[in-house]
Amino acid sequence: MNVTEFKHSHSAHCESGVMVSLLRHYGLNLSEPMIFGLSSALTFAYLPFIKIGGMPLVAYRNLPKSIIKNIQKNLKIKMKLETFSSKEKGEARLDELLSEGKVTGAQTSVYWLPYFPPEMRFHFNAHNLVIYAKESDNYLISDPVFEHSVKSDKASLSKARFAKGMMAPKGLLYYPTFVPQNIDLQPIIIKTMKKTAKAMLNTPVPISGLKAIKYLAKSILKLESKDEKYAKLYLGHIVRMQEEIGTGGAGFRYIYASFLQESSTLFNNDSTLQEASTMMLEVGDKWREFALLIAKAIKSKKPIDFTSISNMLMSISDEEAKVYTKMLEFTGK
Amino acid sequence: MDINDVPQEDSSTYAKNKKAIYAKSENGEISIVGSTGWNVEETATKLALEDLESSAHEAYCEVKKGIKSPLFYYMFKERMDLQLLAETSGFFKWTISRDFKPEVFKKISDKRLSVYAEVLGITIENLKVLEDINYECN
Repeated sequence: MNVTEFKHSHSAHCESGVMVSLLRHYGLNLSEPMIFGLSSALTFAYLPFIKIGGMPLVAYRNLPKSIIKNIQKNLKIKMKLETFSSKEKGEARLDELLSEGKVTGAQTSVYWLPYFPPEMRFHFNAHNLVIYAKESDNYLISDPVFEHSVKSDKASLSKARFAKGMMAPKGLLYYPTFVPQNIDLQPIIIKTMKKTAKAMLNTPVPISGLKAIKYLAKSILKLESKDEKYAKLYLGHIVRMQEEIGTGGAGFRYIYASFLQESSTLFNNDSTLQEASTMMLEVGDKWREFALLIAKAIKSKKPIDFTSISNMLMSISDEEAKVYTKMLEFTGK
Repeated sequence: MDINDVPQEDSSTYAKNKKAIYAKSENGEISIVGSTGWNVEETATKLALEDLESSAHEAYCEVKKGIKSPLFYYMFKERMDLQLLAETSGFFKWTISRDFKPEVFKKISDKRLSVYAEVLGITIENLKVLEDINYECN
């Protein structure tokens, strides 16, 4: 295959970014915010009983692989997902696909990818990238969170694809086998947007949705009785989940604002959607201020003002509620 | 956020890479802008990295003093903890903890060593001995 046939693009988030380039390569042009919105990927989750590196699970988007699965379902695309019982089988299948000229998505650990800077290497198993060609012993990779395409040697890529532990990728490869043309996006926009809004507003248990934001805010107050080192790591952890792991800024709130804006244009510049977009962008700014407040607390030698950090998060939850209520006002008529 | 407010603060943790951020341009359209870094994010990442580094440093000294086996140090060096090592190796935590004892570690099978070496991404030979680095120990 002529490697120049594949076009790399820089995205905010790995999973939506991979879907953008894969679908474009197989004939469907959608923006990253569209992919993100149409898979109802926006959420908030706080699961204090699941610990990763001693820290609770805090997430601003849905479970890994949910973008792939929801896009497949909502746009009626057929995807093939393959996992492997052994490294050898996984390596052979990848080579086979590439020799047929098939560009494929892959799930990997971040830690073993040679092109990741050491500062960014953590044991996170749900990273996504596109493998588009092989050149002698190197694989040519389009990693959406990097500005340009990259390379990996075979051994490192295999190690990353077959990393073990939580969310182990098991060598996962995925690619579309059928991509419909002329998709009517309007009904899908309405459906997926309502799903996101309702899930955020109405989830009864406080581990996801707006209630989870308040639950997290309350947990911050409890840090008062913990040692300062732990408290700072805990607060820093929230910021990392919000900013460090490729969210497009403000824990995916900015990318969602972009989805609302693009949707508005598809509905003759609908003003409700335009307003919702502006409101979401402002909520995103509040999340960034929240992160700033935490960074100041981490750097300061003075005792941390947990109450003001917690209060800020409480108010973000209330502001976000207004955006989802606004989104539900939209009927598409 | 406006396009002109997207931080360009050359964070060391980005290692010269750019990250895609969505922001509003002058004509009101929200689209991707490359950011060279944000001090706020850098502070949070560095705090986590320093914590990992200090765990590895402490472990190094304990191994050097003969209190722990090299496995204990390499676990932290490869940015893992007991939970992660248990998940990736498939061994129970209590059996791993036992392997942290130098006298137990000396006797473990090559098969078990090879599992540790594989998940830590180092050779068995390297896993057996503490590497020589400039860590100060009290």
